[in-house]
Amino acid sequence: MFILQTKNLIKNFDGVKAVDGLSVDIEKGKITGVIGPNGSGKTTLINLISGMTRIDGGFVVLEGNLRLAKIKPYDIASYGITRTFQDVRLFNQMTVLDNILITLTERNVFGALFERHNQYHLSKAEETLEKVNLWHKRNELAINLSYGQRKLLEIARAISMKAEIILLDEPFAGLFPEIIKIVAEIIKKLKEEKKTVILIEHDMSLIRELCDYIIVVDSGKLLAEGKPEEVLEKREVIEAYLGD
Amino acid sequence: MEYLIHLAILFSIYGILSLSLNLIVGYTGLPSVTHAAFYGIGAYAAAILLVSYGMNFFLALFAAIIISALVALLIGLILSKFDDDYYALASFGFNIIIFSIFLNWQGLTRGPLGIPGISKPVLFGLDFSSNLLFLILSLIFLAIIYFTARFIVNSSFGRVLKAIREDETALQVFGYNTLYYKLAIFVIGSAMAAVAGSLFASYITFIDPSSFWLMESIFILAIIILGGLSNLKGSLLGALFLILLPEILRFIGLPNELAAQMRQVIYGIILILLMLYRPQGLVGEYKL
Repeated sequence: MFILQTKNLIKNFDGVKAVDGLSVDIEKGKITGVIGPNGSGKTTLINLISGMTRIDGGFVVLEGNLRLAKIKPYDIASYGITRTFQDVRLFNQMTVLDNILITLTERNVFGALFERHNQYHLSKAEETLEKVNLWHKRNELAINLSYGQRKLLEIARAISMKAEIILLDEPFAGLFPEIIKIVAEIIKKLKEEKKTVILIEHDMSLIRELCDYIIVVDSGKLLAEGKPEEVLEKREVIEAYLGD
Repeated sequence: MEYLIHLAILFSIYGILSLSLNLIVGYTGLPSVTHAAFYGIGAYAAAILLVSYGMNFFLALFAAIIISALVALLIGLILSKFDDDYYALASFGFNIIIFSIFLNWQGLTRGPLGIPGISKPVLFGLDFSSNLLFLILSLIFLAIIYFTARFIVNSSFGRVLKAIREDETALQVFGYNTLYYKLAIFVIGSAMAAVAGSLFASYITFIDPSSFWLMESIFILAIIILGGLSNLKGSLLGALFLILLPEILRFIGLPNELAAQMRQVIYGIILILLMLYRPQGLVGEYKL
């Protein structure tokens, strides 16, 4: 059963087709890996789904046959989608706790004006920080965290959204092995909770370990798709990564 | 004593201006250089209503707040199309436009002649003509603005403002339509500036466009950078310091004419030193 599909999705940047008629199906409750060489359009695909980049052609279909040709970033939360970023984007000069609380409190302007975070918000935020071993850093500014901790905080922020679809853009990039283990466990737990994860990753061992299905993109087009053990053996996939 | 009261009234007025601008610049990260325009709108609205229509000060103040808020809504909508440096430049442009209106719409503002004879507040028979009573009134307004600002920054709304400053696009992903928040705080801050403008007009009893020129916006910006961005007490500290600076210069023996000229130079030197050694200002929580 598909929770998200893209239909003939197109994105041009100054005449260069970053995503070129891409149609993919994302199965509910599974981890779908998106792989491909640098510049193949993986991040652009996630940016299109999350409304960070305007769609030039095609559309996204969500569960319930909800067709979206124009997506605003502030609407994706209401569709049950959240994401992390390739370059960690935290609220740097705010505390670690505030970085999580922001995902839990009122969105409406007037509601937010008359709301203080309460014990419920606080306990939920602390619970999330405990999951990523950052509870002891809760009162520090996000800017003062190490790179690995920053990655963990970004993932924690996404988890805290309780979204159904989580887009993770290279969550393992630049991490030490012990942090990689923590992140891998978090992703496995998301699967246990029947969340749908779209994971961009370059490390094929992690792709094999975590993904139920993979999509290979090259030059903005779908090159191959299927189970990791089948797709990663395909000649065209190996060539796309390693060259002829 | 009268002179100390005069300085304290000026401190109250600039305290209100710096608190309100800190909400826009320090907390939300909107680099607005147009605060003097709303200060001026408040002053002119109150002055015209007091002088031409004989309205009670407090009613005129209320009307000035509404007028300033409506203009801010319009300008804020246009400014929302810009980011960063472009935002600063566009806001700069609005200050020039509004200053030009003060200067050239002579039928309404009397242009460079200014508006004289602005009356002092009267409430239930209590006349605030004496400077001491006016100081008490100004301090009451300063306290109201301070606690309102504190209420805002301590709310969930305040946390969203800071997140907009840090990374607006990333924040949107979490379901926040940031345009509404930016507009709301711009309108609130501008309405607060109108309170300062109304007090100023009534206190000085005469206004002309020169009080609301671009340099005034830069002066208010200098106050909040000096005191500290994203810190309300910092705004008050900055206002106190920059209001008292001419007196400090006089105290160290500089002649009056030289002290007035040196003041601008010292503002500049302070800002340069702060950017070099303490970019968050004296007690600020946000580094530029």
